[in-house]
Amino acid sequence: MNARPRHLLDFDDYTPERLGAILDNADVMRAVLDRPVKKVPALQGLTVCTAFFENSTRTRTSFELAARRMSADVLSFAAGSSSVSKGESLRDTIETLTAYKVDAFIVRHHASGAAHLVAKYSGKPVINAGDGRRAHPTQALLDAYTIRRELGSLEGKNVTIIGDVRHSRVARSNAQLLPMLGANVTLCGPATLLPRDLAHLPGVKLTTNAQDAVTGADAVMALRLQGERMNGGYLGSLQEYIREYQVNDALLARASDDAIVLHPGPMNRDVEISSAAADGPRSRILQQVENGQAIRMSVLYHLLVGRA
Amino acid sequence: MNPKATILNADEMRRALTRIAHEILERNRGAQDLALVGIHTRGIPLAARLAAKLHELEGVDVPQGRLDITLYRDDLSEIARQPIIRETQVPFDLNQRRVILVDDVLYTGRTIRAALDALIDLGRPAGIQLAVLVDRGHRELPIRADYVGKNLPTSQGEVVKVKLHETDGSDSVELWNLEDVQ
Repeated sequence: MNARPRHLLDFDDYTPERLGAILDNADVMRAVLDRPVKKVPALQGLTVCTAFFENSTRTRTSFELAARRMSADVLSFAAGSSSVSKGESLRDTIETLTAYKVDAFIVRHHASGAAHLVAKYSGKPVINAGDGRRAHPTQALLDAYTIRRELGSLEGKNVTIIGDVRHSRVARSNAQLLPMLGANVTLCGPATLLPRDLAHLPGVKLTTNAQDAVTGADAVMALRLQGERMNGGYLGSLQEYIREYQVNDALLARASDDAIVLHPGPMNRDVEISSAAADGPRSRILQQVENGQAIRMSVLYHLLVGRA
Repeated sequence: MNPKATILNADEMRRALTRIAHEILERNRGAQDLALVGIHTRGIPLAARLAAKLHELEGVDVPQGRLDITLYRDDLSEIARQPIIRETQVPFDLNQRRVILVDDVLYTGRTIRAALDALIDLGRPAGIQLAVLVDRGHRELPIRADYVGKNLPTSQGEVVKVKLHETDGSDSVELWNLEDVQ
Protein backbone atom coordinates (compact mmCIF):
# COMPACT_ATOMS: atom_id res chain seq x y z
CA MET A 1 0.00 0.00 0.00
CA ASN A 2 1.35 3.46 -0.87
CA ALA A 3 2.17 6.05 1.79
CA ARG A 4 -0.84 7.38 3.63
CA PRO A 5 -2.37 10.57 2.18
CA ARG A 6 -2.21 13.46 4.65
CA HIS A 7 -5.72 14.76 3.93
CA LEU A 8 -9.09 13.61 2.66
CA LEU A 9 -10.04 16.44 0.29
CA ASP A 10 -11.25 14.19 -2.52
CA PHE A 11 -10.09 10.79 -3.77
CA ASP A 12 -7.30 11.98 -6.08
CA ASP A 13 -4.51 10.75 -3.79
CA TYR A 14 -6.24 7.50 -2.86
CA THR A 15 -5.77 4.00 -4.21
CA PRO A 16 -8.56 1.40 -4.24
CA GLU A 17 -6.52 -0.54 -1.64
CA ARG A 18 -6.38 2.43 0.73
CA LEU A 19 -10.11 3.05 0.26
CA GLY A 20 -10.79 -0.64 0.88
CA ALA A 21 -8.85 -0.42 4.16
CA ILE A 22 -11.00 2.52 5.27
CA LEU A 23 -14.15 0.51 4.52
CA ASP A 24 -12.75 -2.59 6.26
CA ASN A 25 -11.85 -0.65 9.39
CA ALA A 26 -15.34 0.88 9.43
CA ASP A 27 -16.63 -2.64 10.17
CA VAL A 28 -14.62 -2.59 13.40
CA MET A 29 -15.83 0.93 14.22
CA ARG A 30 -19.43 -0.19 13.76
CA ALA A 31 -18.83 -2.96 16.25
CA VAL A 32 -17.52 -0.35 18.73
CA LEU A 33 -20.83 1.52 18.35
CA ASP A 34 -22.71 -1.63 19.38
CA ARG A 35 -20.77 -2.04 22.65
CA PRO A 36 -21.86 -0.89 26.11
CA VAL A 37 -18.85 1.49 26.12
CA LYS A 38 -18.99 3.15 22.70
CA LYS A 39 -15.56 4.66 22.92
CA VAL A 40 -11.94 3.70 22.25
CA PRO A 41 -8.80 5.62 23.24
CA ALA A 42 -7.17 5.69 19.78
CA LEU A 43 -7.15 9.52 19.42
CA GLN A 44 -6.74 10.42 23.08
CA GLY A 45 -4.90 13.73 23.52
CA LEU A 46 -5.73 15.06 20.04
CA THR A 47 -8.01 18.01 19.31
CA VAL A 48 -10.16 17.99 16.20
CA CYS A 49 -11.81 21.21 15.00
CA THR A 50 -15.06 21.07 13.07
CA ALA A 51 -14.90 24.31 11.07
CA PHE A 52 -18.30 24.71 9.44
CA PHE A 53 -18.66 27.79 7.25
CA GLU A 54 -21.95 26.40 5.97
CA ASN A 55 -24.74 25.02 8.13
CA SER A 56 -25.05 21.27 8.47
CA THR A 57 -26.23 19.89 11.77
CA ARG A 58 -26.24 16.28 10.58
CA THR A 59 -22.76 16.11 9.12
CA ARG A 60 -21.24 18.12 11.95
CA THR A 61 -22.94 15.97 14.59
CA SER A 62 -21.77 12.81 12.85
CA PHE A 63 -18.14 14.02 12.72
CA GLU A 64 -18.16 15.31 16.29
CA LEU A 65 -19.58 12.09 17.66
CA ALA A 66 -17.10 10.09 15.59
CA ALA A 67 -14.19 12.13 16.98
CA ARG A 68 -15.47 11.75 20.55
CA ARG A 69 -16.00 8.00 20.12
CA MET A 70 -12.26 7.90 19.33
CA SER A 71 -11.51 9.96 22.51
CA ALA A 72 -10.43 13.13 20.66
CA ASP A 73 -11.35 16.55 22.06
CA VAL A 74 -13.59 18.55 19.73
CA LEU A 75 -13.52 22.28 19.07
CA SER A 76 -16.73 23.20 17.31
CA PHE A 77 -16.51 26.31 15.15
CA ALA A 78 -19.58 27.69 13.40
CA ALA A 79 -19.00 30.63 11.06
CA GLY A 80 -22.43 32.13 11.61
CA SER A 81 -21.60 33.13 15.19
CA SER A 82 -17.98 34.15 14.55
CA SER A 83 -15.92 37.02 13.14
CA VAL A 84 -16.35 35.44 9.71
CA SER A 85 -19.76 37.07 9.70
CA LYS A 86 -17.91 40.40 10.22
CA GLY A 87 -15.67 39.81 7.23
CA GLU A 88 -12.70 37.89 8.64
CA SER A 89 -10.95 35.91 5.92
CA LEU A 90 -10.85 32.13 5.78
CA ARG A 91 -7.07 32.25 6.08
CA ASP A 92 -7.12 34.37 9.25
CA THR A 93 -9.83 32.23 10.82
CA ILE A 94 -7.92 29.01 10.15
CA GLU A 95 -4.60 30.43 11.33
CA THR A 96 -6.28 31.57 14.56
CA LEU A 97 -7.81 28.14 15.13
CA THR A 98 -4.47 26.49 14.36
CA ALA A 99 -2.86 28.66 17.05
CA TYR A 100 -5.19 26.97 19.55
CA LYS A 101 -3.15 23.80 18.90
CA VAL A 102 -5.81 22.05 16.89
CA ASP A 103 -4.48 18.77 15.46
CA ALA A 104 -6.87 18.37 12.53
CA PHE A 105 -9.66 20.20 10.71
CA ILE A 106 -12.98 19.01 9.42
CA VAL A 107 -14.15 21.68 7.00
CA ARG A 108 -17.42 22.49 5.33
CA HIS A 109 -17.57 25.53 3.07
CA HIS A 110 -19.85 26.85 0.33
CA ALA A 111 -16.84 27.52 -1.93
CA SER A 112 -15.31 24.74 -4.00
CA GLY A 113 -11.65 24.33 -3.06
CA ALA A 114 -11.97 25.85 0.42
CA ALA A 115 -10.79 22.64 2.08
CA HIS A 116 -7.58 22.81 0.01
CA LEU A 117 -6.98 26.33 1.32
CA VAL A 118 -7.47 25.18 4.89
CA ALA A 119 -4.94 22.41 4.31
CA LYS A 120 -2.49 25.00 2.96
CA TYR A 121 -2.86 27.51 5.80
CA SER A 122 -3.24 25.15 8.76
CA GLY A 123 -0.52 22.64 7.88
CA LYS A 124 -2.70 20.06 9.65
CA PRO A 125 -4.61 17.07 8.30
CA VAL A 126 -7.92 18.23 6.77
CA ILE A 127 -11.07 16.27 6.08
CA ASN A 128 -13.38 17.84 3.52
CA ALA A 129 -16.93 17.72 4.89
CA GLY A 130 -18.33 19.28 1.72
CA ASP A 131 -16.94 22.14 -0.37
CA GLY A 132 -19.21 23.92 -2.83
CA ARG A 133 -20.28 21.61 -5.62
CA ARG A 134 -16.94 19.85 -5.69
CA ALA A 135 -16.63 17.02 -3.19
CA HIS A 136 -18.09 15.38 -0.12
CA PRO A 137 -15.82 12.37 0.25
CA THR A 138 -17.01 10.96 3.58
CA GLN A 139 -20.62 10.94 2.30
CA ALA A 140 -19.48 8.96 -0.73
CA LEU A 141 -17.51 6.59 1.50
CA LEU A 142 -20.52 5.97 3.71
CA ASP A 143 -22.65 5.37 0.61
CA ALA A 144 -20.09 2.88 -0.72
CA TYR A 145 -19.87 1.23 2.69
CA THR A 146 -23.65 0.95 2.96
CA ILE A 147 -23.92 -0.62 -0.50
CA ARG A 148 -21.09 -3.04 0.25
CA ARG A 149 -22.57 -3.99 3.59
CA GLU A 150 -26.10 -4.46 2.23
CA LEU A 151 -25.23 -6.16 -1.07
CA GLY A 152 -22.07 -7.98 0.00
CA SER A 153 -19.78 -6.30 -2.55
CA LEU A 154 -19.40 -3.29 -4.82
CA GLU A 155 -17.77 -5.18 -7.66
CA GLY A 156 -20.00 -5.05 -10.75
CA LYS A 157 -22.91 -3.45 -8.88
CA ASN A 158 -25.04 -0.90 -10.75
CA VAL A 159 -25.64 2.28 -8.81
CA THR A 160 -28.08 4.87 -10.16
CA ILE A 161 -28.01 8.42 -8.80
CA ILE A 162 -31.06 10.50 -9.68
CA GLY A 163 -31.77 14.19 -9.30
CA ASP A 164 -29.90 17.47 -9.22
CA VAL A 165 -26.51 16.10 -10.23
CA ARG A 166 -25.26 19.53 -11.31
CA HIS A 167 -25.29 21.04 -7.84
CA SER A 168 -24.48 17.85 -5.94
CA ARG A 169 -21.04 17.31 -4.42
CA VAL A 170 -22.38 13.97 -3.18
CA ALA A 171 -23.00 12.85 -6.77
CA ARG A 172 -19.55 14.04 -7.88
CA SER A 173 -17.75 12.24 -5.08
CA ASN A 174 -19.77 9.08 -5.66
CA ALA A 175 -19.08 9.25 -9.40
CA GLN A 176 -15.36 9.32 -8.58
CA LEU A 177 -15.34 6.77 -5.76
CA LEU A 178 -17.76 4.01 -6.73
CA PRO A 179 -16.04 3.09 -10.05
CA MET A 180 -12.68 2.98 -8.19
CA LEU A 181 -14.25 0.27 -6.05
CA GLY A 182 -15.64 -1.67 -9.01
CA ALA A 183 -19.22 -0.36 -9.30
CA ASN A 184 -20.91 1.11 -12.37
CA VAL A 185 -22.55 4.50 -11.90
CA THR A 186 -25.44 5.99 -13.84
CA LEU A 187 -26.15 9.66 -13.24
CA CYS A 188 -29.67 10.68 -14.15
CA GLY A 189 -31.62 13.92 -14.11
CA PRO A 190 -33.19 16.59 -16.29
CA ALA A 191 -30.73 17.83 -18.93
CA THR A 192 -30.51 21.19 -17.14
CA LEU A 193 -29.25 19.45 -13.99
CA LEU A 194 -26.93 16.92 -15.63
CA PRO A 195 -23.43 18.31 -16.30
CA ARG A 196 -21.92 16.68 -19.37
CA ASP A 197 -18.36 16.97 -18.05
CA LEU A 198 -18.99 14.03 -15.72
CA ALA A 199 -19.45 11.72 -18.71
CA HIS A 200 -15.67 11.43 -19.10
CA LEU A 201 -15.25 9.72 -15.73
CA PRO A 202 -14.46 6.01 -16.08
CA GLY A 203 -17.38 3.74 -15.19
CA VAL A 204 -19.92 6.59 -15.32
CA LYS A 205 -22.90 6.96 -17.67
CA LEU A 206 -25.29 9.90 -18.01
CA THR A 207 -28.93 9.74 -19.00
CA THR A 208 -32.04 11.86 -18.77
CA ASN A 209 -34.31 8.82 -18.82
CA ALA A 210 -35.00 7.68 -15.24
CA GLN A 211 -36.83 4.52 -16.29
CA ASP A 212 -33.81 3.32 -18.26
CA ALA A 213 -31.44 4.43 -15.52
CA VAL A 214 -33.17 2.39 -12.82
CA THR A 215 -33.69 -0.77 -14.88
CA GLY A 216 -31.56 -3.48 -13.29
CA ALA A 217 -30.03 -1.12 -10.71
CA ASP A 218 -28.71 -2.65 -7.48
CA ALA A 219 -28.80 0.65 -5.58
CA VAL A 220 -30.83 3.77 -6.32
CA MET A 221 -29.86 7.07 -4.72
CA ALA A 222 -32.17 10.08 -4.77
CA LEU A 223 -30.53 13.49 -4.51
CA ARG A 224 -32.07 16.38 -2.63
CA LEU A 225 -33.78 18.93 -4.87
CA GLN A 226 -33.15 22.26 -3.20
CA GLY A 227 -35.86 24.90 -3.09
CA GLU A 228 -33.98 27.40 -5.21
CA ARG A 229 -33.63 24.88 -8.06
CA MET A 230 -37.38 24.31 -8.06
CA ASN A 231 -37.93 27.95 -8.96
CA GLY A 232 -34.59 28.86 -10.55
CA GLY A 233 -35.33 28.11 -14.17
CA TYR A 234 -33.78 24.65 -14.11
CA LEU A 235 -37.10 22.83 -14.17
CA GLY A 236 -40.17 23.21 -16.37
CA SER A 237 -42.32 22.54 -13.34
CA LEU A 238 -42.02 20.72 -10.05
CA GLN A 239 -44.88 18.42 -11.03
CA GLU A 240 -43.04 17.43 -14.19
CA TYR A 241 -39.86 16.69 -12.18
CA ILE A 242 -41.82 14.56 -9.73
CA ARG A 243 -43.50 12.68 -12.56
CA GLU A 244 -40.24 11.97 -14.38
CA TYR A 245 -37.60 11.65 -11.66
CA GLN A 246 -39.15 10.94 -8.26
CA VAL A 247 -37.78 7.73 -6.73
CA ASN A 248 -40.99 5.88 -5.92
CA ASP A 249 -42.32 2.34 -5.92
CA ALA A 250 -43.34 2.48 -9.59
CA LEU A 251 -39.83 3.48 -10.67
CA LEU A 252 -38.18 1.02 -8.26
CA ALA A 253 -40.20 -1.83 -9.78
CA ARG A 254 -37.68 -1.68 -12.63
CA ALA A 255 -34.68 -2.14 -10.32
CA SER A 256 -33.25 -5.53 -9.37
CA ASP A 257 -35.26 -7.54 -6.84
CA ASP A 258 -32.94 -6.84 -3.92
CA ALA A 259 -32.14 -3.25 -4.85
CA ILE A 260 -31.69 -0.79 -2.01
CA VAL A 261 -32.67 2.89 -1.79
CA LEU A 262 -30.32 5.58 -0.52
CA HIS A 263 -30.60 9.31 0.14
CA PRO A 264 -27.88 11.59 1.55
CA GLY A 265 -30.48 13.59 3.51
CA PRO A 266 -32.16 15.73 4.48
CA MET A 267 -35.08 14.58 2.35
CA ASN A 268 -37.82 16.52 0.63
CA ARG A 269 -40.43 13.87 1.15
CA ASP A 270 -42.70 13.33 -1.84
CA VAL A 271 -40.49 15.52 -4.01
CA GLU A 272 -37.30 13.65 -5.01
CA ILE A 273 -38.38 10.54 -3.10
CA SER A 274 -41.82 9.26 -2.15
CA SER A 275 -42.57 8.63 1.52
CA ALA A 276 -43.37 5.02 0.65
CA ALA A 277 -39.91 4.53 -0.87
CA ALA A 278 -38.17 6.42 1.94
CA ASP A 279 -39.83 4.29 4.60
CA GLY A 280 -40.18 1.07 2.63
CA PRO A 281 -38.33 -2.23 2.97
CA ARG A 282 -35.72 -1.25 0.38
CA SER A 283 -34.76 1.93 2.21
CA ARG A 284 -31.34 2.03 3.86
CA ILE A 285 -31.45 5.74 4.66
CA LEU A 286 -31.16 5.32 8.43
CA GLN A 287 -28.42 2.73 7.98
CA GLN A 288 -26.51 5.39 6.01
CA VAL A 289 -26.67 7.67 9.03
CA GLU A 290 -25.40 4.93 11.34
CA ASN A 291 -22.70 3.89 8.88
CA GLY A 292 -21.66 7.54 8.50
CA GLN A 293 -20.40 7.64 12.05
CA ALA A 294 -18.39 4.42 11.59
CA ILE A 295 -16.87 5.67 8.32
CA ARG A 296 -15.89 8.98 9.89
CA MET A 297 -14.26 7.15 12.80
CA SER A 298 -12.32 5.07 10.29
CA VAL A 299 -11.25 8.15 8.29
CA LEU A 300 -10.11 9.94 11.45
CA TYR A 301 -8.14 6.86 12.42
CA HIS A 302 -6.50 6.62 9.01
CA LEU A 303 -5.51 10.26 8.92
CA LEU A 304 -4.58 10.99 12.51
CA VAL A 305 -3.12 7.97 14.21
CA GLY A 306 0.61 8.45 14.52
CA ARG A 307 0.40 11.63 12.46
CA ALA A 308 -1.00 14.66 14.23
CA MET B 1 19.28 -17.43 7.64
CA ASN B 2 18.71 -19.74 10.59
CA PRO B 3 17.52 -19.04 14.15
CA LYS B 4 20.04 -18.89 16.99
CA ALA B 5 18.11 -21.60 18.78
CA THR B 6 14.89 -23.52 18.70
CA ILE B 7 13.34 -23.03 22.12
CA LEU B 8 10.28 -25.28 21.75
CA ASN B 9 9.50 -27.85 19.09
CA ALA B 10 5.98 -29.09 18.35
CA ASP B 11 6.00 -31.77 21.08
CA GLU B 12 7.40 -29.41 23.67
CA MET B 13 4.80 -26.78 22.76
CA ARG B 14 2.02 -29.36 23.11
CA ARG B 15 3.31 -30.43 26.52
CA ALA B 16 3.62 -26.80 27.67
CA LEU B 17 0.00 -26.11 26.70
CA THR B 18 -1.15 -29.29 28.41
CA ARG B 19 0.60 -28.17 31.59
CA ILE B 20 -1.01 -24.72 31.37
CA ALA B 21 -4.43 -26.36 30.97
CA HIS B 22 -3.83 -28.40 34.12
CA GLU B 23 -2.69 -25.31 36.00
CA ILE B 24 -5.79 -23.40 34.91
CA LEU B 25 -8.04 -26.19 36.20
CA GLU B 26 -6.15 -26.49 39.46
CA ARG B 27 -6.13 -22.77 40.19
CA ASN B 28 -9.79 -22.28 39.26
CA ARG B 29 -10.99 -25.58 40.74
CA GLY B 30 -12.38 -26.73 37.43
CA ALA B 31 -13.55 -24.96 34.29
CA GLN B 32 -16.92 -23.59 35.42
CA ASP B 33 -17.46 -19.90 34.67
CA LEU B 34 -14.17 -19.66 32.80
CA ALA B 35 -13.70 -18.01 29.40
CA LEU B 36 -10.69 -17.86 27.11
CA VAL B 37 -9.96 -14.69 25.14
CA GLY B 38 -7.13 -14.81 22.61
CA ILE B 39 -5.28 -11.67 21.56
CA HIS B 40 -4.85 -11.24 17.79
CA THR B 41 -3.02 -12.86 16.06
CA ARG B 42 -1.47 -15.95 17.61
CA GLY B 43 -3.30 -15.70 20.92
CA ILE B 44 -6.46 -16.84 19.13
CA PRO B 45 -5.28 -20.31 18.00
CA LEU B 46 -3.50 -20.76 21.35
CA ALA B 47 -6.80 -20.03 23.15
CA ALA B 48 -8.54 -22.56 20.89
CA ARG B 49 -5.91 -25.20 21.75
CA LEU B 50 -6.30 -24.53 25.47
CA ALA B 51 -10.09 -24.78 25.10
CA ALA B 52 -9.70 -28.15 23.38
CA LYS B 53 -7.44 -29.39 26.20
CA LEU B 54 -9.86 -28.16 28.89
CA HIS B 55 -12.64 -30.04 27.10
CA GLU B 56 -10.47 -33.15 26.94
CA LEU B 57 -9.64 -32.96 30.65
CA GLU B 58 -12.97 -31.79 32.12
CA GLY B 59 -15.58 -32.32 29.39
CA VAL B 60 -16.52 -28.63 29.62
CA ASP B 61 -16.84 -26.30 26.63
CA VAL B 62 -15.17 -23.08 27.72
CA PRO B 63 -16.42 -20.13 25.66
CA GLN B 64 -13.83 -18.40 23.50
CA GLY B 65 -13.42 -14.85 22.29
CA ARG B 66 -10.96 -12.85 20.23
CA LEU B 67 -9.59 -9.45 21.04
CA ASP B 68 -7.91 -6.90 18.78
CA ILE B 69 -6.10 -4.24 20.79
CA THR B 70 -5.07 -1.91 17.95
CA LEU B 71 -7.39 0.91 19.05
CA TYR B 72 -6.07 0.65 22.62
CA ARG B 73 -2.33 0.75 21.96
CA ASP B 74 -0.29 3.52 23.57
CA ASP B 75 2.47 3.45 20.97
CA LEU B 76 0.36 4.52 17.99
CA SER B 77 2.70 7.44 17.30
CA GLU B 78 5.26 4.85 16.24
CA ILE B 79 3.02 3.37 13.58
CA ALA B 80 3.95 4.71 10.15
CA ARG B 81 1.26 2.81 8.32
CA GLN B 82 -1.78 1.75 10.23
CA PRO B 83 -2.59 -1.91 10.21
CA ILE B 84 -6.00 -3.19 9.36
CA ILE B 85 -7.91 -3.39 12.60
CA ARG B 86 -9.20 -6.88 13.18
CA GLU B 87 -12.52 -7.83 14.64
CA THR B 88 -13.02 -8.09 18.37
CA GLN B 89 -15.52 -10.82 19.10
CA VAL B 90 -16.53 -11.79 22.61
CA PRO B 91 -19.83 -13.60 22.04
CA PHE B 92 -20.68 -14.22 25.70
CA ASP B 93 -21.46 -12.15 28.79
CA LEU B 94 -18.20 -11.27 30.52
CA ASN B 95 -19.87 -10.39 33.80
CA GLN B 96 -19.19 -12.94 36.56
CA ARG B 97 -16.79 -14.89 34.37
CA ARG B 98 -13.12 -15.46 35.10
CA VAL B 99 -11.43 -14.59 31.85
CA ILE B 100 -8.11 -16.02 30.80
CA LEU B 101 -6.34 -13.74 28.34
CA VAL B 102 -4.10 -15.72 26.01
CA ASP B 103 -1.13 -14.44 24.01
CA ASP B 104 1.97 -15.94 22.45
CA VAL B 105 4.80 -13.76 23.85
CA LEU B 106 4.86 -11.54 26.94
CA TYR B 107 7.47 -8.80 26.49
CA THR B 108 7.05 -5.15 27.63
CA GLY B 109 3.50 -5.69 28.95
CA ARG B 110 2.04 -2.90 26.80
CA THR B 111 -0.06 -5.25 24.70
CA ILE B 112 -1.53 -6.77 27.85
CA ARG B 113 -2.26 -3.34 29.34
CA ALA B 114 -4.15 -2.47 26.14
CA ALA B 115 -5.95 -5.82 26.23
CA LEU B 116 -7.06 -5.22 29.83
CA ASP B 117 -8.53 -1.84 28.82
CA ALA B 118 -10.24 -3.36 25.78
CA LEU B 119 -11.69 -6.21 27.82
CA ILE B 120 -13.00 -3.99 30.60
CA ASP B 121 -14.79 -1.81 28.01
CA LEU B 122 -16.78 -4.91 27.05
CA GLY B 123 -17.98 -5.81 30.54
CA ARG B 124 -16.94 -6.50 34.11
CA PRO B 125 -15.31 -9.91 34.46
CA ALA B 126 -15.10 -11.47 37.92
CA GLY B 127 -11.37 -11.77 37.33
CA ILE B 128 -8.77 -11.73 34.58
CA GLN B 129 -5.81 -14.11 34.38
CA LEU B 130 -3.03 -14.18 31.81
CA ALA B 131 -1.63 -17.19 29.97
CA VAL B 132 1.34 -16.85 27.61
CA LEU B 133 3.36 -19.38 25.70
CA VAL B 134 6.66 -17.51 26.23
CA ASP B 135 7.69 -14.88 28.80
CA ARG B 136 10.81 -13.20 27.45
CA GLY B 137 11.17 -10.52 30.17
CA HIS B 138 11.90 -6.77 29.72
CA ARG B 139 8.66 -5.59 31.30
CA GLU B 140 7.94 -1.84 31.12
CA LEU B 141 4.74 -2.13 33.18
CA PRO B 142 3.90 -4.01 36.40
CA ILE B 143 2.28 -6.97 34.64
CA ARG B 144 2.98 -10.66 35.12
CA ALA B 145 1.56 -13.83 33.64
CA ASP B 146 -0.37 -16.39 35.70
CA TYR B 147 0.50 -19.25 33.34
CA VAL B 148 3.74 -19.44 31.36
CA GLY B 149 4.69 -22.13 28.85
CA LYS B 150 8.38 -21.23 28.83
CA ASN B 151 10.35 -18.55 30.68
CA LEU B 152 13.00 -17.37 28.26
CA PRO B 153 15.58 -14.79 29.38
CA THR B 154 16.45 -12.74 26.28
CA SER B 155 18.35 -9.63 25.33
CA GLN B 156 16.59 -6.78 23.56
CA GLY B 157 18.73 -7.52 20.54
CA GLU B 158 16.93 -10.80 20.13
CA VAL B 159 13.55 -11.69 18.62
CA VAL B 160 11.27 -14.51 19.72
CA LYS B 161 9.32 -15.99 16.83
CA VAL B 162 6.34 -18.17 17.65
CA LYS B 163 5.11 -20.27 14.77
CA LEU B 164 1.78 -22.04 14.99
CA HIS B 165 0.34 -24.63 12.69
CA GLU B 166 -2.84 -22.55 12.24
CA THR B 167 -1.05 -19.37 11.15
CA ASP B 168 2.38 -20.49 9.98
CA GLY B 169 2.04 -24.13 8.94
CA SER B 170 4.16 -25.60 11.76
CA ASP B 171 4.67 -25.37 15.53
CA SER B 172 7.87 -23.97 17.05
CA VAL B 173 9.35 -21.20 19.17
CA GLU B 174 12.62 -19.82 17.81
CA LEU B 175 15.14 -17.27 19.03
CA TRP B 176 16.65 -14.97 16.38
CA ASN B 177 19.11 -12.12 16.33
CA LEU B 178 17.27 -8.86 15.66
CA GLU B 179 19.60 -7.93 12.79
CA ASP B 180 18.88 -11.24 11.07
CA VAL B 181 15.14 -10.65 10.89
CA GLN B 182 15.21 -6.96 9.88
